[in-house]
Amino acid sequence: MTVAIRVIPCLDVDQGRVVKGVNFEGLRDVGDPVEMARRYDAEGADELTFLDVTASKELRAAVLDVVRRTAEQVFIPLTVGGGVRGAADVDTLLRAGADKAAINTGALERPEVIAEIAHRFGRQVLVLSVDARRAGDMASGFEVTTHGGSRSTGVDALDWARRGAELGAGEILLNAMDADGTQQGFDLELIAAVRSVVTVPVIASGGAGEAADFAPAVEAGADAVLAASVFHDGRLSVSAVKAALAEAGHPVR
Amino acid sequence: MTPRVVLFDYGSGNLRSAERALTHAGALVEVTSDYDTSLDAAGLVVPGVGAFAACMEGLRARRGPELIGRRLSGGRPVLGICVGHQVLFEHGVEHGVASSGCGEWPGRVEGLSASTLPHIGWNTVETPTGSRMFEGVENERFYFVHSYAVRRWELVTDGRTRAPLVSWSRHEHDPFVAAVENGPLWATQFHPEKSGAAGTKLLANWVQQL
Repeated sequence: MTVAIRVIPCLDVDQGRVVKGVNFEGLRDVGDPVEMARRYDAEGADELTFLDVTASKELRAAVLDVVRRTAEQVFIPLTVGGGVRGAADVDTLLRAGADKAAINTGALERPEVIAEIAHRFGRQVLVLSVDARRAGDMASGFEVTTHGGSRSTGVDALDWARRGAELGAGEILLNAMDADGTQQGFDLELIAAVRSVVTVPVIASGGAGEAADFAPAVEAGADAVLAASVFHDGRLSVSAVKAALAEAGHPVR
Repeated sequence: MTPRVVLFDYGSGNLRSAERALTHAGALVEVTSDYDTSLDAAGLVVPGVGAFAACMEGLRARRGPELIGRRLSGGRPVLGICVGHQVLFEHGVEHGVASSGCGEWPGRVEGLSASTLPHIGWNTVETPTGSRMFEGVENERFYFVHSYAVRRWELVTDGRTRAPLVSWSRHEHDPFVAAVENGPLWATQFHPEKSGAAGTKLLANWVQQL
């Protein structure tokens, strides 16, 4: 009787379509989000994450529409992120049918927003998304970046994860920017380092290439694993990832 | 006939999923906090996310505890989900402060003891034999997201009344009450409305007996 390792397909949504590119550059259209959500649900996805990469505010209505339509048909947890700045944004997402909100840049700009959201909706609603990459000048060797890994913040990634959890984040979505899109495997060192400083669940993201890549991420300390392109390309199915995890002795649904 | 179900709207949170899942399970769902409508419906669903004390405050502002009590004394079904399950117990303890719940069952909602919290994800449930709630989904996993739970079942029954059916789950090494079936009062710590096909079946089991 143990909670299962969650396998989470991530859908980067731009203007109502799912897109994906290596290190977030060169975005390309890979499909209709609602259709893809249904397919992943049928394959056994434990949860779905939508990240709105749309820049302008008017177009953000598109992701709300996607969430609304998905929540009509898919009865598994939905996390939505992109442009979350305050409790009002979280309220809008929850009303559209999201179960959790992911916050990234908004929390870096104003860390207290984490406590405000957790206080109003409970910590289980808030996922702190941390884009981390290796940086020799940081105490831990990892720093937080923004803008898809292209901008340095000067913030130590381990300090930020710890502080975010203390302020009230219910989970850490850990994006390894060095590994993202490479399909060379998860950044196990980064996962283990973050796991050692927080007690909230850690969702590992970035670098998945084949089914055998997932078990080592769990062994490094991940409670959930997230991937995008390998699922969208049809290179891997959710069920194949779960079979590989089960084979390695990890509980799956 | 499609049974009319009220999804009690007493504050924030995602009610859309529960509304859709209940509809999918065969109910005609109305999302409202209107007292008379909620009293008259064939079934009442009490959802809830976040803090115990905040949910109780929201419920009290809409005469929720009285509504639940009146329905139960008339044998009318009520289903509590997540914090809506927790508030049915006597007390909730958060950050060392105890607050009163609806008191339909004795017992205390308190923090789970585990190295990773919140408890988020799909877990197994140990279901008692004869459960109507879990009929057809006895060995399925359900989706949990919480840090607090009832860790001791305290109701003593004397054999003259039928004892409630209590289902258990465990986070790491800490066992807690995952669901209760007690005549017209059913409750789940997990979210059936987010538990895929297994959750929809469980909701249909409830809707079918309304």
